[in-house]
Amino acid sequence: MRKNRTVFLSIPYLLWMLVFTLIPLGVVAYYAFTDVSTGEFTLANILSLGQYIGNIGDSMLYALVSALICLLLGYPVAYFIAKQSPVAQKFLYMLVMLPMCMSFLLRTMAWVGLLQDTGIINNLLEAIGLSRLPLIRTPAAVVLGMVYNYLPYMILPLYATIVKIDPKLIEAAQDLGCNGAQCFRRVTLPLSIPGILSGMTMVFVPAVSTFYISQKLGSSDTILIGDLIEKLFKQAYNPNMGSALSLLLMVLVFIAVAIMNRFGGEEDGVIV
Amino acid sequence: MKKGICLLLAALLALGCFGLSGCSGEDTVTITVYNWGQYMARGEDGCIDVIALFEEAYPGIKVNYVTVEDNETLYTKLKNGGISVDVIIPSDYMIARLISEDMLLPLNYDNIPNYSYINDDLKGMYYDPDELYSVPYTWGTVGIIYNTKYVSTEEVEEKGWGILWEESYSDKILMFSNSRDAFGIACYLLGYDVNTTDTDELNACAALLAEQKSLVQQYVMDQVFSLMEGEEAWIAPYYAGDYLTMAESNEDLAFYRPTEQGFNRFVDAMCIPSCAEHQEEAELFINFVTDPEIMAGNMEYVYYSAPADAAKAYMDEDMASDPVSYPSEEDLASATFFALLPDETTRYVEDLFIQIRAGSYTG
Repeated sequence: MRKNRTVFLSIPYLLWMLVFTLIPLGVVAYYAFTDVSTGEFTLANILSLGQYIGNIGDSMLYALVSALICLLLGYPVAYFIAKQSPVAQKFLYMLVMLPMCMSFLLRTMAWVGLLQDTGIINNLLEAIGLSRLPLIRTPAAVVLGMVYNYLPYMILPLYATIVKIDPKLIEAAQDLGCNGAQCFRRVTLPLSIPGILSGMTMVFVPAVSTFYISQKLGSSDTILIGDLIEKLFKQAYNPNMGSALSLLLMVLVFIAVAIMNRFGGEEDGVIV
Repeated sequence: MKKGICLLLAALLALGCFGLSGCSGEDTVTITVYNWGQYMARGEDGCIDVIALFEEAYPGIKVNYVTVEDNETLYTKLKNGGISVDVIIPSDYMIARLISEDMLLPLNYDNIPNYSYINDDLKGMYYDPDELYSVPYTWGTVGIIYNTKYVSTEEVEEKGWGILWEESYSDKILMFSNSRDAFGIACYLLGYDVNTTDTDELNACAALLAEQKSLVQQYVMDQVFSLMEGEEAWIAPYYAGDYLTMAESNEDLAFYRPTEQGFNRFVDAMCIPSCAEHQEEAELFINFVTDPEIMAGNMEYVYYSAPADAAKAYMDEDMASDPVSYPSEEDLASATFFALLPDETTRYVEDLFIQIRAGSYTG
């Protein structure tokens, strides 16, 4: 009886999932395996994906580097927030969330205004007698844009994990003779691994498929998978090739997440 | 770009108005107009507001004004379906493609008496030879816009389109993000027919464009305005009318048409796509925009060339005789129109262009 009731509760979500996830996925798969002009079954789209190997590698690399930088920046912040008083925690948590209230596009446009050759930073440099720097349209600018936009997605799960670590465990470690660094390395860090994995995934997945950041902050040589998919759909009117590339991206993301889970060893996996 | 955002907001506002009037129960019809960015006077910079004037003249009709990036994007939107659009303003070659795919409705010219003002040389052109589907909105030419602070006029005149391949201007060059205009420039530079369907010639164009890629700061359409006005970029191929808009904000900008190598001349014409719901109201709109006085007011903002000489009577002298908008017969002789290419060629070119942009073009 009870079991039946829980099934009933999950129906709305299952329906949602079917209509807005599974059926569209089927459509993507259908397009990926059909010819763009004749609509017949073909493997040509999938087979010709090899030409974009460089773009795919770039996307993975940029996303991974961004996720690691987010971790290095985000962990101390999350740790710091988790150690404050409950009121301060709420306030700091809100501060982390604050940039997310603004449109992602606007935030990226703001970086363009700051970094471009005729932008605020370069104008300032020139005003104080220094020479202008090539800031925009560099790989570093793309990574900066990704880190800036996705850092909250790293901090929030880390904070949620760290704040739940029972202080008694740390007290026990101290009683047994651990110093501060040892406490962190042997108690806090292992216990926060689920948060690290969630954070890495939540940064990596949107970063690997982004298109706007690389278009605005990257050079004409930085074309990531997301850019290609956008162009194939919007300008080249080749939804079939675009779908094939989307499918490949999905598979790669699943593999990447699986690898990250493996790193977590016996800890609870990440659910995406 | 900023103006683009304003237009978008205006379109949203128009949508909002539609919602409200729907509540009041009046019999208003809303027509949806798809247009390019900064391509209709909307009351900015002291110009007339074409849409407000239209809504005043026809109180029963509201206009939902939406901007689209380029012809290819417009085509994709129409092709994907699920939308209702009443007026579009595609370029000549795209009109030919839309006609060939049965995506336009034949117009009832009885509702568009102002069509008689359109210049004869712009009627019955190759894209619509029987004058069934389109009413010219503007015409114009493509040329090189450059900033005289950084690039000398002599050099531009000497190199023509080749200036876009000049390594000393690396990272300061902009390029068209649509394949048709980009390949057109490569054709002019290599001396090919812009409507070539020969794969060897197209491959040579692609190789040339791939060579240019590392020098290109960005591939753009409407962003060209802010980039050139703010001097973030120094050289860009773009449309003559838009050069005049940019020159308003930055007087160091200059325009050159490489008449020896050849350049593109185009007509953008108003059409009604087959997904339209209010054909008659759309025709009233097209007629209103074609009225010489409205056209003159509109061109004062758009700066493209008016397709009806009658409109020049309402323009100020300088504008009506500006050689950028109205080049001499002699200069126009070296201009070529883009024709409708066969489907295979269009697809081939799009594939090449994607490969170039992705950096995977190997020749």
